[in-house]
Amino acid sequence: MSEPRGLRRSALAQLALTRMLAFLREPEAIFWVFAFPILLALALGIAFRSQGTPRSAVVIATGAGDGALMRALQRSPDLSVRVLAPDVADQELRRGKALVLVRPGDPPSLIYDPSRPETRLAELTVRDALQRAAGREDRLELKTNTRMRPGSRYIDFLIPGLIGLNLLGTGMWGVGFPIANARQLKLLKRMVATPMRRGDYLLSLMIARLVFLALEVVVIVAFGWLVFGVAMRGSWPGFVAVSLLGGFAFSALGLLVACRARTIEAVSGLMNVVMMPMWLMSGSFFSADRFPGFLQPFIHALPLTAANEAYRALMNEGATFLQVAPQLGVLLAWCVVCFALALTWFRWE
Amino acid sequence: MLDPLPRSAANDSVLRCRGLVKRYGDVTAVDGLDLEVRAGECFGLLGPNGAGKTTTIEILEGLNFPNAGEVTVLGQSWGRGADRDLRERLGIQLQETRLHEKLSVEETVRLFRSFYRRGPDPSEVLRRVQLEEKRNAWVGKLSGGQKQRLSVACALVNDPEVLFLDEPTTGLDPQSRRQLWDLVDDFKRRGGTVLLTTHYMEEAEQLCDRVAIIDHGKVIALGTPAELIASLGAEHVVAFSVESPLDLEPVHRLPGVVELRQEPRAVALTVRQPHVAIPALLAELERQHAALSSLTTHHATLEDVFVSLTGRTLRDE
Repeated sequence: MSEPRGLRRSALAQLALTRMLAFLREPEAIFWVFAFPILLALALGIAFRSQGTPRSAVVIATGAGDGALMRALQRSPDLSVRVLAPDVADQELRRGKALVLVRPGDPPSLIYDPSRPETRLAELTVRDALQRAAGREDRLELKTNTRMRPGSRYIDFLIPGLIGLNLLGTGMWGVGFPIANARQLKLLKRMVATPMRRGDYLLSLMIARLVFLALEVVVIVAFGWLVFGVAMRGSWPGFVAVSLLGGFAFSALGLLVACRARTIEAVSGLMNVVMMPMWLMSGSFFSADRFPGFLQPFIHALPLTAANEAYRALMNEGATFLQVAPQLGVLLAWCVVCFALALTWFRWE
Repeated sequence: MLDPLPRSAANDSVLRCRGLVKRYGDVTAVDGLDLEVRAGECFGLLGPNGAGKTTTIEILEGLNFPNAGEVTVLGQSWGRGADRDLRERLGIQLQETRLHEKLSVEETVRLFRSFYRRGPDPSEVLRRVQLEEKRNAWVGKLSGGQKQRLSVACALVNDPEVLFLDEPTTGLDPQSRRQLWDLVDDFKRRGGTVLLTTHYMEEAEQLCDRVAIIDHGKVIALGTPAELIASLGAEHVVAFSVESPLDLEPVHRLPGVVELRQEPRAVALTVRQPHVAIPALLAELERQHAALSSLTTHHATLEDVFVSLTGRTLRDE
């Protein structure tokens, strides 16, 4: 009878190892964890790429004086101008292909929708071009500096949000799913029938999660840097701390969601209930500031909001470790509370 | 070949329960059950589905808790702070466990082996359950019989003193069933104690030294298979059916007929000597002008014991 040594003998190592092997043997899981965020970043990065200085589309309806209007507007580098028959010009405005419709006359009239920022911009540019053509002079010469601030593109905003989103999804599923699965297969009950330490089982899930977490964060960061030039401007230790605490906070949330549910269906439903508000409100795709003020305290207490804000501060604004301490605090609180509740309520059979 | 297993003194009780009661809401699954399993024996709990077999075995395994009654396992009780030490000495196979489909046979055994302080090498366990060639196959690719042998392998990784098997051969083909029986015999030969549940009487007759027949959460008969069959007072069963109505009263009084049972499609007679009873039966049928449509005979089995005790067959649901 030989006694196995080292890792072969350690229940914790064997549990973590088999968990990782089982994960690597699920092609769907690999896709969702590694390929999906990259494809999402690629698609959104291309759709929202910067295309030089944008020009606003303006149409002029035909009529007496349209030639003079055309000459006046063409002098502005920020406008793209077409002259169209009145009914066609109306149609272009309705369809949103033109932002401002100019009707010749004395004085000419501007037709536009004042509620959208891009039509307001077009309208102001048209107004400015017409005033200059009518002889207005600038009394004040302004100095301008049009170099782009680093980290201000949409992709710079998006990549940190995608890292946060991925931590949420893989953390919750990576812990919740194996537990629900093992409970449904009665494997959890079978393991409880051995002298296995229950803490070893839960810890092994966390260890497996941590290994894949490191891989997926590296993959997304490397992709953002190589393909879109999204750089890390702040503290690397801060970045590692946010990833670790974020990974643990979401895993703990997954543990909590799966601690009693008997079936995979029940866990899936609960996961979606927990994840949906964060998908929408935590500012992964657009700024959380768009939600009304009374929601802001709630939104800022969400772990994904904390992770996203910390990642953005670190990557885009060059924040130091201390500057992301408040967000780290929020993540730590989620870790502690979720773990404590999950361990209290956990159902082993 | 192998180190002998730690052997308790013969006739020591390895498992014992007294007055066991388990209720689920209004349903009483186990109703004052007493049981004693001695060292080195294979003890069978035989009964129909829902008789309380699984609840009883899970209480003994420390996975379920009784509402009343005493349980001792290897002289200890569950929940007294020594549960993990006790688990080191037990091998447990549960009825419905499915192992992870995407792990290999060897990975699965190695995982379970890591939970115990002592035990044979995983390759040795695989050899015992004849899964050496399948060591690198994923669990999902195994046949039903192979999965079940793997499940038993996971219960043998610590060379347990007691092996619990809950319906180990349900749903298996005859060949797989026989392979599993060989495994149990092998374990017993090396001095282990086995508690198994089954609703196959031939399995109980084949494997068990003693059998408790359980119905409605109570032990209704206990003894060796031979003793239980002998308790019928006769060892043969003659079953026949006729095409026309028959007066059964004279049939019951035929020489050598110990018991008569009216079954849905046949009449079953428990008889001492078929060579006396059958000619008498044929003469009686002739007298009543009843034409036989079938006639079979078999050695009495535990199934006949169960039917005689409860009036139902084991597979009645």
